[in-house]
Amino acid sequence: MTATTFEAAHKDAALEKPDDGRVFFLKTEHHPENGTLLGFWIYLMSDCLIFAVLFACYGVLGRNYAAGPSGKDLFDLGLVALNTTFLLFSSITYGFAMLEMAKNRVGTTLFWLGVTGVFGAAFLGVELYEFHHLIHEGATPQRSAFLSSFFALVGTHGLHVTFGMIWLVTLMFQVAQRGLIPENRRRLLCLSMFWHFLDVVWIGVFTFVYLMGTL
Amino acid sequence: MATHAETPAHDAHGHGHGHDDHHHEGGGHHGTMRDYVTGFILSAILTAIPFWLIMGDVFRSPTTAAVVVLLFAVAQIFVHMIYFLHMSPKSEGGWTMLAMIFTVVLVVITLAGSFWVMFHLHANMTPGLHEMNGTTPLVQPENGAR
Repeated sequence: MTATTFEAAHKDAALEKPDDGRVFFLKTEHHPENGTLLGFWIYLMSDCLIFAVLFACYGVLGRNYAAGPSGKDLFDLGLVALNTTFLLFSSITYGFAMLEMAKNRVGTTLFWLGVTGVFGAAFLGVELYEFHHLIHEGATPQRSAFLSSFFALVGTHGLHVTFGMIWLVTLMFQVAQRGLIPENRRRLLCLSMFWHFLDVVWIGVFTFVYLMGTL
Repeated sequence: MATHAETPAHDAHGHGHGHDDHHHEGGGHHGTMRDYVTGFILSAILTAIPFWLIMGDVFRSPTTAAVVVLLFAVAQIFVHMIYFLHMSPKSEGGWTMLAMIFTVVLVVITLAGSFWVMFHLHANMTPGLHEMNGTTPLVQPENGAR
């Protein structure tokens, strides 16, 4: 709480009851208005723990091929590089949307959110293609412990991106209908954290699973 | 960190849709164009190098390659935290940072603990059993070379 806002609140309280001579003070510490953002951050941290467990699982099981295919046989790094590019681009375009939101421009905010959505969809498309390809080759999650933990980790990340996409489209409709009202700004900021967080997790995935898996 | 830091006093006066007056507590939550572009360029570089290292088979020793690639990943995670997530010790009065430090501690315990325990389990298995039960950790000094 800054001193000025406190004084303003104080003055207001005094103005409401001008004659009675009583002054009301806030007994508790004034909570920041953005409790949602902190709460959402804490959710993301708990999500981080889910991913940590899945990474640990993959780290422990990732070399148990059960005489099946290994990462070296299966992974197509070119495809992974493409996917990484899509996700990185979607991160910066979401950033552009946030900058436009700060300038209070609905149209351009929606445009950059749309571009983010397209990159997100491209990422999911490539990932689904990869999964389909793997399963078609017989590298199903049932094949080996390596593949089980691989699909669990990468699939969980993919599911997060899918839900992020649903959220993104919902918010685009919200912004189109109601404009950049405070509620929508707050929601967009939460999705911003979610989206960048997913990109951070993807750094771990492409490094630990794909790059180190092909060594 | 607030986008629209309406105080109770502001609320009492009713807030319009003008948000030009919102102050950035905890320092620039939106970040600036400069932030995003810097972050993007750094990320692109920090992504391209490890891909090149692995796809071009630059290192002869897989262990060296793994360590170098992991270091690049850690650097890129920091870049994302600073330029995209706008983490700073001041945001939300330090609570986001505190929550993150706590999480990082838990993540390190989870990962290091799992690899440590499973490595020892693997090392102490009798050969016959460990063929069947095979708990071969990915991260271990001597088998990392496979």
